[in-house]
Amino acid sequence: MAPSKNRPRGFSRKAQYGLFATYVLTVAGTIFAAMLLAISVVDPKGFSALRKIGAEITAPVARVFDSLRRTVNDVGENTSAYIDAASKNRALTKTVLANRTKLIEAKAIRVENARLRSLLKLKTDEAGHIAVGRLINSTASSSRRFATLSIGSNFGIADGQPVRGPDGLLGRILETGPTTARILLITDANSPIPVMRASDGTPASGEGLANGLVKILPVNFGVNPFKRGDIIVTSGNGGLFRPNIPYAKIIRLTSYGALARPLADPASTPYAIVLPIYEEAAATAQALPETAPQAGDAAP
Amino acid sequence: MKPVIALRIRQSRGYKSRLNREQSPLSMMAIPILSVLLGSMVTVLPIIETQAILPPFGLMMLIAWRLLRPGFWPAWAGLPLGMFDDIFSGAPFGSAALLWSLAMIAAELIDARAVWRDHWQDWFIASLIIIAVLIGGWMIVGFTGNKPSLITLIPQILLSLLLYPMVVRIAARLDQWRLAT
Repeated sequence: MAPSKNRPRGFSRKAQYGLFATYVLTVAGTIFAAMLLAISVVDPKGFSALRKIGAEITAPVARVFDSLRRTVNDVGENTSAYIDAASKNRALTKTVLANRTKLIEAKAIRVENARLRSLLKLKTDEAGHIAVGRLINSTASSSRRFATLSIGSNFGIADGQPVRGPDGLLGRILETGPTTARILLITDANSPIPVMRASDGTPASGEGLANGLVKILPVNFGVNPFKRGDIIVTSGNGGLFRPNIPYAKIIRLTSYGALARPLADPASTPYAIVLPIYEEAAATAQALPETAPQAGDAAP
Repeated sequence: MKPVIALRIRQSRGYKSRLNREQSPLSMMAIPILSVLLGSMVTVLPIIETQAILPPFGLMMLIAWRLLRPGFWPAWAGLPLGMFDDIFSGAPFGSAALLWSLAMIAAELIDARAVWRDHWQDWFIASLIIIAVLIGGWMIVGFTGNKPSLITLIPQILLSLLLYPMVVRIAARLDQWRLAT
């Protein structure tokens, strides 16, 4: 039942004014919150200082819990490694022998690649990484997919740098604090990444769906070139991500492209490697946002 | 026949007065506030998910307290608590501040209409508010760029609704502790 319009609120003037003041404050607070929201929609980095402070203060707690979790995981893995050790050993020996020849071939290809690159005079930062850290938590209750890295500008990390795990691409640095950094994961809906099929270099664009999967859109529309099980890697277009970082594996075809599962699982990746920005031009464009649109750029 | 010895309930109280005791005003104020803040900070734990699955514990704690103790929170409490939540949630700053303020206003309106409520009705009201805030947050994410599919919210909504009674229990237990003399 709706309350009547002229409900008596008692005879105390003080109580009546107090109630009125509360309502005024509430409405003013709501309007203030809407203004804050409008500011952060227009300028997503506007309140990054507050988030950095929050992340820095809580990082010690996150680190302790993270190392606890890892210790427990390690105990389980070490125990399970003993089970069936002999047959595993045989299988591994066989794989090592098979891989040895492949490795030699790969080495030759790398040398040839470097030679061709020097012929083309491509100025790229191919080798090396900036730092290695761990993912300590994520925004698990929000539709945006961010994770926190355990290292920050104290290890030379800067905004825009790609982050990968041993299995593949994880995301890129969005905000850098003194000892923590915020990563935009590849599964975020605003994280487009230029990719290609590993087998033949069919160009495509990858984008998160915020449900753990990514969608792969072929650049050339028309025939859907993908098959289930195709491995997608970064193409190096746009200059932010270096080529051939494993990205995702296609699990289902759709009418417009394909759905794929990222190869690197941020929940189980043992460490996160921060890579330099691939091409210098992209680095300068990254330093001046809103001037040059480039692939792999998500505004917030 | 056993002697009656159960009268002395708390040994530790010793020689303190057992009459005319008062609650500590500090814990009366601080326990609800801290419990909501801690609920917002659950994302600090090393839970790394590729999709939004963790319920909004801060909001659930706030609603639980709001429905359990209607007079405790001033109607504007959604603003400061929501701003704190925004620091940790990853949503655009101001989104929880706005949505929690609106949730508190909604609770105020519901209070005026449905005065006598039982647990099931509270659960239903809380469910409506939680669903509205989660969908609102999803729409706000849409303002800043691509919007993820609404289906990605369903697991989080279900988990939140099912975990709400547990949060109420925690709030009720904290309430006993808060008002204990």
